Amino acid sequence: MTVLNFWRHKPAVPAGGRRILVPFTGGELDPVVLDAATRIAKLEDATLVPAYLIVTPLKYRLETPPQHEVAVAMPLLEAVEHAALRAGLPVDARVETGRTPTHALQRLWDVERFDRIVAPAPAGGSHGFTPKELQWILVHAPSETVILRPDPTLAEGVRLARSLDEVA
Amino acid sequence: MRGHYRILVGMAPGVGKTYRMLQEGHQALEEGRDVVIGYLESHDRPETAALAEGLEVVPRLRTAHGQLELQELDPAAVIARAPELALVDELAHTNSSTMHHAKRYEDIEDILDAGIDVISTVNIQHLESLNDAIFELTGVRVRETFPDRILDEADEVVLVDLSPEELRERLRAGKVYPRERAEVALENFFRQENLAALRELVLREVAEDVEARRNPASLEPLSRQAVAERILALIEPQPKSQRILRRAWRSSQRLGAEIDALWMRPDGREPTEEEATQLAALRRLASLLGIHFLEADGDDLVETVRQVAAERGSTYIFVGTPDESRRREIFGGSLLSRMVRQLPGLDIRVVADRAQRETETR
Repeated sequence: MTVLNFWRHKPAVPAGGRRILVPFTGGELDPVVLDAATRIAKLEDATLVPAYLIVTPLKYRLETPPQHEVAVAMPLLEAVEHAALRAGLPVDARVETGRTPTHALQRLWDVERFDRIVAPAPAGGSHGFTPKELQWILVHAPSETVILRPDPTLAEGVRLARSLDEVA
Repeated sequence: MRGHYRILVGMAPGVGKTYRMLQEGHQALEEGRDVVIGYLESHDRPETAALAEGLEVVPRLRTAHGQLELQELDPAAVIARAPELALVDELAHTNSSTMHHAKRYEDIEDILDAGIDVISTVNIQHLESLNDAIFELTGVRVRETFPDRILDEADEVVLVDLSPEELRERLRAGKVYPRERAEVALENFFRQENLAALRELVLREVAEDVEARRNPASLEPLSRQAVAERILALIEPQPKSQRILRRAWRSSQRLGAEIDALWMRPDGREPTEEEATQLAALRRLASLLGIHFLEADGDDLVETVRQVAAERGSTYIFVGTPDESRRREIFGGSLLSRMVRQLPGLDIRVVADRAQRETETR
């Protein structure tokens, strides 16, 4: 009998490889933020983990958010993953639910390891995290955190909240 | 033969479910059918009590609860009386502890099983799956609930509707509760916004019920079998499987198909820590997307898929681009060609990394 187990001979993911989490919510991820996160991941030879955070209203069960939210998340995540793959990066996308974006984030990093978190701040009408959420992330994140604020007047569009020199 | 079950659903007390049930009872009586009232909860509403006149009432069962005498539906008496149609109010009611069944909807099942038709009533806030939603909307935790299957299994679910404004007007007029109680109710459960939200819930629930009944009936079983799709997504503990599940889900939206995700666990090998993390993430995504997550032990993927597809009635396989070496393909045979050969009657879609296509053609 021919034994065909086509995944057995390939490791699932690079064992122990660095993982950079890029959480986003609200139906969009600013391309400037994605571009910057991609460059950071390349510099660090890391896997990019774009994670769409779905806010589930209280009237729904946490694990079953409204279908229209899921319908927004899936193609968006596909597009983000596509852009990162085109840049030649390994990608490992996620979707997580929570009562708030920070709750979803907490649920995600409770079960998975991340070496760095790159979070978008709001700018120019984009749907980044609010200042309060960013503050929460900075206080509670289990790993180094970079806050990116897209700004068309800045060539790099990158602001760092922690470990400034690691991205230089 | 089991009796015909018709349930009148409303958004709240006072919309007129009991009244409608009695009207339908009278209509059936006029048509020459043998009708009885199995249980009526008139809530001391004169209009309701008046409408009950002329309909035979099966005596209630009197039970004791401490010093208190309670009256319940007597299913045995209804069955012994053997009418064609029994009217039974408030199916979500919890019986006293001395009764054979804990819930009135169970008593109704006995009556239906005896071949007697039943018309019953219920408010949407008692539906089990909406319990949390009702609590969030109204701040009231409803203790008397009934399982969703009761609505699913009923032959007919009929909405008794009234606008929130009309219902509040009925309350003010003392048609639902005595005036002093109505004032309190208007400020609490019967607030305009509560009623609007409850009405939306009940309209949606009944609309979904209508949709669910319409679809299966629109196709004969044989043709349904021929056109229905069921997706089987083959996953592995790797990041690309997230994409396979997402693509399968998007296709399922267009096809109206159920999805199963299958992970073939290689015989005798536990997942590594990395694989366990990937599997947990895949399970979370599957749960979010309503995908059934399956695991099967095996060493031969195609044979395992063949068995699972037969069991689940799969019609459409989603598989990632195989990571096979050229050497393996030549000596072992390509996985895909083997799937095509050994899985006749199944469509197969290879989920590719589209970024690679652009890289190749640039």
